[in-house]
Amino acid sequence: MSDSTGASPIPSSAPIPTHSELFLTFLKITVMGFGGTLPWTRRMFVEEKHWMTAEEFNDAYALCQFLPGPNIVNLTAVFGSRMRGATGALAAWAGFLVLPFTLMVTVGALYAQFGDMDVLRRVLSGIAAAAAGLLIATAAKMVVPLFKGGIDPAPFVVLAVALAIGVMRWPLLWVMAVLVPVSIAMAWAVRR
Amino acid sequence: MKAESDVLFVLAVQFAIMSLLALGGANAVVPEIHRQAVDLRGWMTERQFADMFAISQAAPGPNVMLVTLVGYHVAGIWGAVVTTLAMCGPTAVLAAYLSRTWDRFRHRPWRVAVQAGLVPISVGLVSASAIVLTGIAVRNFAAVLVAAATAAVAYWTRWNPLWLIGIAALAGFFGLV
Repeated sequence: MSDSTGASPIPSSAPIPTHSELFLTFLKITVMGFGGTLPWTRRMFVEEKHWMTAEEFNDAYALCQFLPGPNIVNLTAVFGSRMRGATGALAAWAGFLVLPFTLMVTVGALYAQFGDMDVLRRVLSGIAAAAAGLLIATAAKMVVPLFKGGIDPAPFVVLAVALAIGVMRWPLLWVMAVLVPVSIAMAWAVRR
Repeated sequence: MKAESDVLFVLAVQFAIMSLLALGGANAVVPEIHRQAVDLRGWMTERQFADMFAISQAAPGPNVMLVTLVGYHVAGIWGAVVTTLAMCGPTAVLAAYLSRTWDRFRHRPWRVAVQAGLVPISVGLVSASAIVLTGIAVRNFAAVLVAAATAAVAYWTRWNPLWLIGIAALAGFFGLV
């Protein structure tokens, strides 16, 4: 009967939020979540409002990490739809995106105006170098555990993707069309 | 008018495709955005792309907002709307739909294989992004130092990355990078 367990054995305790609550909660999360919205999302949903149990939260997050697209944005849609169906998903998603979008358009307009200023050029090249460093650390944290397994095709897939996209600069669509089925087939074969 | 709607159409199609291939999140498609916007279509220079990536990392909000900046640069406010919707819409629908059905297949062998097969793909994509972005943004010795120091601190400590970005911005301000 393991297939019928659903999202979680422990139901969360609070009443189901309304659409405007969903919208405003995610809006608030983006206001507070400077430099990372995930911890705030968890705090709001699990600890403050009790809309989800910790286990439900983890399940939803695991799904969004593995699906394509911006994980945290997908998470808003998953939460919203679990609370209030399709329109709930829309409310949560919109609440999460409206402020960052407005901010980015403003910044984009400022950049179009002042992007050539010398001071801004220097500051941005400093930030770009640091951002590259952050991405290297993120990649390293993901790569290292994968290379510690025994007989496992995963390291070869990582290398193939990194070479094809990062070095050869081949189109993403074709690389994925070939390597995704190959990787799933190898994972299937190894686990049989 | 014609040319403008053509650009919006290209943005919509390309970013929707990218979002569905973005295993590992927005950072997984940085090389493809660069390939499209700089190499293929000449929408921006290498330097402008690096700037936009820097802004998207330093600004509050999710990293995916890079696509909003790119869209705005290419086609103004409507470009921003189109790229944001194309990048954040289709996969949100997919995720909301799958969250209702995926748990049912929790213990099926095919689901385990699909998940196990996709993990190294997303790790490879993020690694490729790191390679490409380093090639674009790290072009002199000082930048190598900043990138290496940031990577080391981010890897071995639990500092908030915003501090590192702030320090790097200051180093840039004083002309050190």
